[in-house]
Amino acid sequence: MQHTLRQIFRSGKFVVGFSIFAAILLIVTIYPLLVRESPLTIIGQGTFFPPGIYVSVYDSLTSPRYTLQLDDAAAKRLASRLSDDDRLAMKEWLVGAGLLESEIDTTDTARLLGLWEATYDPAKRIPGLTNAKRNYYVRLDASLDGLLATEGLSLATKDPQTGALIETGQVAQTDYANVSQVANLRVLALGTDNFGRDVLTELVTATGVSLQIGIVAGLVATLIGLTLGLLAGYVGGLVDDVITFVTNLFIVIPSFVLLILISFSIGQEQRGAFTIAVVIGLTGWVWTARAVRAQVISLRNRDHVNLSKLSGHSIFRIIVADILPYIASYVVMALILQISSAILAEAGLSILGLGPRTTDVPTLGQMMNWAFIYQAYILGKWWAYLPALAAIALVSFSMNLMNTGLDQVFNPALRE
Amino acid sequence: MAITKQICLSTSGLTKIFGFGRRQTVAVDHVDLNLYEGEVVSIVGESGSGKTTLAKILLGLINETAGDVFFQGQKRDISSHQKRQEYWRNIQAIFQDPFSSYNIFNKIDSVLLDCINMRGGRGLARAAKVELMREACSFVNLKFEELTNKYPFELSGGQMQRLMIARIFLLKPKILIADEPTSMIDACSRATILDELMKLRDEIKMTIIFITHDIGLAYYVSDQVYIMERGKIVESGSADEVILRPRAAYTQRLISDVPKIHEEWDLSTV
Ligand SMILES: Nc1ncnc2c1ncn2[C@@H]1O[C@H](COP(=O)(O)OP(=O)(O)OP(=O)(O)O)[C@@H](O)[C@H]1O
Ligand SMILES: [Mg+2]
Repeated sequence: MQHTLRQIFRSGKFVVGFSIFAAILLIVTIYPLLVRESPLTIIGQGTFFPPGIYVSVYDSLTSPRYTLQLDDAAAKRLASRLSDDDRLAMKEWLVGAGLLESEIDTTDTARLLGLWEATYDPAKRIPGLTNAKRNYYVRLDASLDGLLATEGLSLATKDPQTGALIETGQVAQTDYANVSQVANLRVLALGTDNFGRDVLTELVTATGVSLQIGIVAGLVATLIGLTLGLLAGYVGGLVDDVITFVTNLFIVIPSFVLLILISFSIGQEQRGAFTIAVVIGLTGWVWTARAVRAQVISLRNRDHVNLSKLSGHSIFRIIVADILPYIASYVVMALILQISSAILAEAGLSILGLGPRTTDVPTLGQMMNWAFIYQAYILGKWWAYLPALAAIALVSFSMNLMNTGLDQVFNPALRE
Repeated sequence: MAITKQICLSTSGLTKIFGFGRRQTVAVDHVDLNLYEGEVVSIVGESGSGKTTLAKILLGLINETAGDVFFQGQKRDISSHQKRQEYWRNIQAIFQDPFSSYNIFNKIDSVLLDCINMRGGRGLARAAKVELMREACSFVNLKFEELTNKYPFELSGGQMQRLMIARIFLLKPKILIADEPTSMIDACSRATILDELMKLRDEIKMTIIFITHDIGLAYYVSDQVYIMERGKIVESGSADEVILRPRAAYTQRLISDVPKIHEEWDLSTV
């Protein structure tokens, strides 16, 4: 036993898969201890805020100010404000005005602005320029002027009686706030989703819930499959015929179709994560049952089983002591596969909108479903769906890797 | 002596068919056996002739397709677990392949303990059980101290098969079916195992059904011989009768197939 364990942990594939899986488990258990916020709290007013560190503007204006003279501050400010579209439009105008295309580099902000300042003239006629476009250039030029301004901004409050603005301070371009002194700051490493929820917190919780669903479903499927397989294989006769018939019935009807039908008929309100897990388990046992049956049939005529019978052991004891240990490694591998396929099944169901009801907990599949409904795919809001996709892939990759590793240990023919 | 001989196991028309239709194999074909108490009876046949299948039917491990088995004159009844357990107190076996006879997950002590329990020793003190196990091991020239807490795969094939004999020593059944107990082990251990088996028979006075493909060996150990060809018993009788004066062509062929080294046993040439 110990020897086998040692061998398992020598298998590179198993160790890599196990490490990934253990890391996922660790994150899933530790993260909620650190971040106590409910994963479904809506924190953002709006959809799909990109990943980043969010700093309260109000707090940064009212926190202690420091004056730093940094040479490239103005250039950086410009560079970050000038969008790629604007740069291209500027280039287009400059080329229209007769400059050589090769001389204009849109990535060099300072040079581009220099050229623009030197050449731009709203009155100049550029062939093929529509009125709307002309107005756009006028607006662009004005905003560039604003950006290039060297004075600061005034801070003002409104007099509650007269409505007049009273200046309360100035923000110079050289003013800095120390991030650690800004009271309110929030890291949204993966931004927010369509409901304005923190994707990272949601993702970690969803991975945990998906794993739970996978484990419950995997255990249910393996338990049913194992019991039926053992009965069919060992008892044989009529029991075998009935079980094989039911198994074949389930094989003919693809389990995913069955899953969809059952989920649909349960109805949105009744579909908790646990219910879904059990339903997935109830539809997924077929292959385990078949494989276990085949293994048991080849085992039940073995001499050690015969010897056990001759020693007067009961059927129950023979199944538990003389059959189960021989298929245990196989059952563990089947369990791992069942867990990973149950996670995929949940994702599939949820993408179709037939997953657990959405007010309870997030699951990886639901995150994909929300991203899909709110067009994150089309809008390019990758942080809403890629992390969930990666989590699903990573979980099933790690489990399959463990499985291959185990297979190599238990099945000498596959050893390298 | 011959008058007091009592039949302890007999069969009539015993048949076993595997599979259906075109793929069916008649492994055992209308076999009639009469085994007397205290005798060694050999069943001889080449590979695939149905010897193991016959043995398993006699043991009640597989069901016969047709025919009956009588145990001590009564039709055998193994319809319930209790009745099977009772039957197996009387008839035991040593299998062909020692390497597959053990559950590799159990320590070998458990094999012997099972036997003690089966003989009503469940309530014995641990020390008494150990004493019994030690006695059984020393009967087959094994040291219990060297075997205890070991797993079957830590033993040699010969040791495994001797432990099987120790098991029979503890069980003291009326009938022992030894299915080619020496075919999977080396020639040196073979003689020892045969000796121990004969010693065991003298010790507990049981009937032995000795299954082998080696007709020389059968002559060496048995009182009665049954020759089996493709599921059928083609010839039977006392060992001298069958082997010294074979009538069936199949028996003659089996005898002529015996390698030269066995010639000293082959009295037909004397
Ligand atoms: N479970 C089974 N299902 C189908 N056919 C079987 C089965 N067991 C045995 N047979 C067939 O029955 C025949 C007799 O087999 P059996 O094992 O009794 O032979 P044997 O005389 O013991 O041979 P060996 O000397 O090689 O042990 C063979 O043709 C075998 O293929
Ligand atoms: Mg055989």
